Amino acid sequence: MKRLRNILVLVCLSLVMVTLSACTNKKSSQQNAWQRAESSKTITWGVKADTRLFGLMDIKSGQIQGFDIDMAKAITKKVLGKDGHAKFVQVTSKTRIPLLKNQNIDAIIATMTITPDREKIVDFSKIYFAAGQSLLVKRGSTIKNVRDLNKAGTTVLAVKGSTSAVNIKKYAPQAKVLELEDYAQAFTALKSGQGEALTTDNGILFGIASENPTYHVVGGTFTKEPYGIAFDKGQGEMRSKVNAALAEMRKDGTYQKLLQKWFGNVAGFDLKEASQQ
Amino acid sequence: MSSFAEAYTWINFRFLLEGLWVTVEVSLVSIILSFIIGSALGIVRYIRAPFISTIVGIIIDLTRNLPLLLLLFFTYFGLPKVGIRMDPLAAAISAMTVFESAMIAEIIRSGIQAVDTGQMEGARACGLTYWQALRVVVLPQALRKMIPPLVSQFISLIKDTSLATIIVLPELLYRAQIIYGQNTRYMIPMFVALAVMYFVVCYALSLVAARLEKTAG
Amino acid sequence: MISVFQQHWQELLVGFGNTLLCSVIALFFSLIIGSTFAIFEVLPSRFLHILGRVYIEVFRNIPLLVIGMFFYAVVPQYVVSINGFTAGTIGLTLYTSAFIAETVRAGIQAVDEGQMEGARANGLTFMQAMWQIVLPQAFRYVIPPLGNQFINMVKNSSVLAFVAGFDLMYQGDLIASTTFDTFNTYIAVGILYLIITLPLSYYMRYLEKKMG
Repeated sequence: MKRLRNILVLVCLSLVMVTLSACTNKKSSQQNAWQRAESSKTITWGVKADTRLFGLMDIKSGQIQGFDIDMAKAITKKVLGKDGHAKFVQVTSKTRIPLLKNQNIDAIIATMTITPDREKIVDFSKIYFAAGQSLLVKRGSTIKNVRDLNKAGTTVLAVKGSTSAVNIKKYAPQAKVLELEDYAQAFTALKSGQGEALTTDNGILFGIASENPTYHVVGGTFTKEPYGIAFDKGQGEMRSKVNAALAEMRKDGTYQKLLQKWFGNVAGFDLKEASQQ
Repeated sequence: MSSFAEAYTWINFRFLLEGLWVTVEVSLVSIILSFIIGSALGIVRYIRAPFISTIVGIIIDLTRNLPLLLLLFFTYFGLPKVGIRMDPLAAAISAMTVFESAMIAEIIRSGIQAVDTGQMEGARACGLTYWQALRVVVLPQALRKMIPPLVSQFISLIKDTSLATIIVLPELLYRAQIIYGQNTRYMIPMFVALAVMYFVVCYALSLVAARLEKTAG
Repeated sequence: MISVFQQHWQELLVGFGNTLLCSVIALFFSLIIGSTFAIFEVLPSRFLHILGRVYIEVFRNIPLLVIGMFFYAVVPQYVVSINGFTAGTIGLTLYTSAFIAETVRAGIQAVDEGQMEGARANGLTFMQAMWQIVLPQAFRYVIPPLGNQFINMVKNSSVLAFVAGFDLMYQGDLIASTTFDTFNTYIAVGILYLIITLPLSYYMRYLEKKMG
């Protein structure tokens, strides 16, 4: 009886597996994001909630605020008309692509760099923010640019699995790179002296510096990290609508106004560079 | 210590409390749903109906031997592949309900079995039908025995809602991370606040349960 | 789903090994810590009794994830630099030890009081009687619930995925987020967990039945 039961368990288990695998082999039906957006008058955007200047949760109001958010709102109005509604879903670097692939969100606007690897999986809009990798150091530090880091005995802090960690090994091969889990931890490590500089995209570093005036961004940018809006493969209609909206916003000055709003007062920030196409 | 005073502002506190409410909401809904489903499954498994009890038993055993985190990931990231899409709240409640139903079914089954089989036989001998005996004689006794394991299961459930932070459910832990992400000096104050809030909710539940057990017993 | 195993068996194997390793390490230490606090609870000392109670209640009522993240995010900054695996294993140990303490205490209390009195009457000290007479018997009672704690521990070790602990869940998640084959990857990971937990769970039920 006991053995019979165990065998039954195994048989059922394998049956379930086979059925489930068979299910996924059928390509899950992909909806047309643009048609869905047009009929519901809503675009659902995946945005960051933990990145200052781009997408940051305002604890007082419970709303997310930043350049990415304002861009998403403006684009939504452009493509869907005045009554278009932008819905925001908080994402992390980990969750954003699965959510897009699963059609929980229509587009990602979350400090996402256009890279060849990512382009294999998702489609990007035209560049909406031309970021570049830079360095954050304590005021008065001897480090002025990335070349100063390239000597034995210096430690650079980066975030795990990011392109900036890979890049810094290329630009300063002699420096030691300490990879931390997120920006909050990396900055804490910088403050506690575990490294001489923190490296990532300039926009994010300016965000940290704006809250911590004893630190500043140095050396300009030494890589190009163009941010794009990501769509799932096969959503060409949505992408071309958004690209058209982007072009229009650059022409009618909406884009420059938003860039000015978020980065105009940031000391040392190069607005011209960021608005490159 | 000044970081504590700075971190514990009303604004931050309110932000956390909103998260605590999400935690309690998800917990309550999951507790109610999984208690109903779990009891039904547990009884089905206990009565040893041919075929159906075996199938239910297999499903229960498979489910409760998996990590809840895996079920959560599967629900939120995996199921959309077969066309089932949920927002974080629905995904969290679904995954927790499935997992906890299996855990509760097992508690119910072993609770019923622990009641002496003589009770059932005696009740049947007195002329009660099987269902009457189960409902009037066996279940009330079993329920008393089940209160402690059920309560610790519910407490586990409340604690496990914290796992949903990874699918960006804005519950207590997620909100604490948002706050200390904006100012790293708030990290320790936030962990203290988290510990206290979870402790108060869970410990309060266990006190209520202890009281319940006394009046029931 | 088969293809997930074929293409990623190395990563999955590493994860499987780390999950087992962390569970075994955590089991070992939580048995020691748990038994110690269980003994505290049955000792005549009021202070130790309260200490044991506080320890158990604190760790039972705070989510494992919060404990694990504390060791991962806070401890390295202020105390000592530890990696995700260590942080996760410490969290798992402390969390589980509270449950093991409860289980062992119940076991000790289930041993007939006459055993302790008899041993003391024969000239053993309290600790000797505890170690040599009461605990061995108590452990017999608690083997099935301890086995269930171990199963819980294997499942709970999945929180190491949050703290980059390279366990099975972490590896599986990594595969899922690079291949985007979330559905089949998570099923594959689930099967690997079941390989550990399912036989154990049936064995524990068999033991429970045997002991009646």
